[in-house]
Amino acid sequence: MIIIKKLKDVLVTVIGGIGKNTINIVYMLGYSTLIFLEVAYHSKAAFEKRREILKQMYYAGVKTFIVVSIVALFTGMILALQIGLELKPYQQQSLVGNIIIATLTREMAPFVTAIILIAAVGSTMAAEVGTMAVSEEIDALEMMAISPVRFLVMPRVISLALMLPIATVYTNLLGSIGGGIIAYFQLNVSFDVYYSHILESLHFKATYVGLLKAFIFGIMVSTISCANGLRATNGALGVGKATRNSVVSSFLMVLIVGYYITGIFYGKTG
Amino acid sequence: MIEFKNVTKILNGTKVLDNLSLRIERGETFVIIGRSGTGKTVTLKHIAGLLEPESGVVLVDGQQMNGSSKRQKDNLREKIGFVFQSGALINWMTVEENIALPLVEHKVLPQDEIKKIVEEKLDLLQLTSARDRMPAEISGGMKKRASLARVLVRNPEIILYDEPTSGLDPVMSSLINTIINQIKKDQHITQVVVTHDMESAYAVGDRIAMLYDGSIIQCDVPEAIRTTANPIVRQFISGSLEGPIEVL
Repeated sequence: MIIIKKLKDVLVTVIGGIGKNTINIVYMLGYSTLIFLEVAYHSKAAFEKRREILKQMYYAGVKTFIVVSIVALFTGMILALQIGLELKPYQQQSLVGNIIIATLTREMAPFVTAIILIAAVGSTMAAEVGTMAVSEEIDALEMMAISPVRFLVMPRVISLALMLPIATVYTNLLGSIGGGIIAYFQLNVSFDVYYSHILESLHFKATYVGLLKAFIFGIMVSTISCANGLRATNGALGVGKATRNSVVSSFLMVLIVGYYITGIFYGKTG
Repeated sequence: MIEFKNVTKILNGTKVLDNLSLRIERGETFVIIGRSGTGKTVTLKHIAGLLEPESGVVLVDGQQMNGSSKRQKDNLREKIGFVFQSGALINWMTVEENIALPLVEHKVLPQDEIKKIVEEKLDLLQLTSARDRMPAEISGGMKKRASLARVLVRNPEIILYDEPTSGLDPVMSSLINTIINQIKKDQHITQVVVTHDMESAYAVGDRIAMLYDGSIIQCDVPEAIRTTANPIVRQFISGSLEGPIEVL
């Protein structure tokens, strides 16, 4: 009887916890949508806030430059190695460039760049805005009739929406170089052959869909991160929770929305 | 004039304000005292419209603050300044930029006029030497004064102070009290001060109200509070461990 009661308690705690987290995620996604609509309304003041936007772009771009470079280079190298090993038995390793550029432009570059920026920039945004919320700075803005969304969130959203596609182009470029290095040294594919295949499969549609994805990911990650920050309560613990929630929600949304964008543009044609 | 009519507020399952009713007259400095966690800051945040009550009405100059739209709240907040306990200065801006912030954001004045007003407030609050420093580089007293300067540049009709002297040395506390009295004398602004520093309460208050268990148990002039017969108020102002207040 005691074991059954304890099992029941554990079950209630686990299910209750899952339910509570699910409700919280759904609530935060709804709140993030409202924040996004407010950002869209205040984006008319983007020119006025250009200094802040440029500052945020600098943080998002320049400060993550090294991490993005390393990850992009190694992503290309890993892809080339794995694809090359599969193609080698058929003597088709010269096609590695086609597959790498298609994979990078369509999926990998926007996805990998978004993941890096979620970890490096989104989490910082959530922590910054969250710290402001728990130290009453957001309340102080409200008291001065200054919209926190116009003052804090809008410049961050615009900066990441612009910066993520730029970083994605850079990831595409560096990923291709990484792939080329592996193609040359491990798969015996000359640079000329590799790059002629890269250019052959560098399609306009794949490029713009990839950049569109990056743009949407930039808006989503920054909005979700700032929204979580704005709702932070209970001091340092609350800021930590807001940061963790922002990373988890952003990651999930990038995966889900990424899938649907792919479905919209490639679903019917395969 | 500020009025609370039967205001009840529940936070985390606890009734923080319980059917609270009070009236603060125009131009007076009204002090709210009480133990930590009794709802003093919650009361201030209701005046500012930063919290919504479960029931009751909060009126500022005859207009209802609670339940009003964001635009209505912003209009009412034009009249209100809030000096937060921590100062709540924007941490990436200098003291000078913080003070100028409401004027810069609302674009109500030309740049040179803003500079002149900020200069005046820096001088009034003895912050000239700290103008280019960041909030993390200045003392608690300076933060509170910078926060007050940021409030004063907007010429508010009501100023709300949340623990203006907490964590300050006696000299700095006296300076803050002197500034509050100076504002009262020069500008006849309605001021609401939340504190548990009795020296400060006596120094600035026209009336002092004690908040206990979510409602006002005594509201009177400082002399009457000093000589109160109410055992709860007496224990609180004397800081005694003996009495009806439970030490938890």
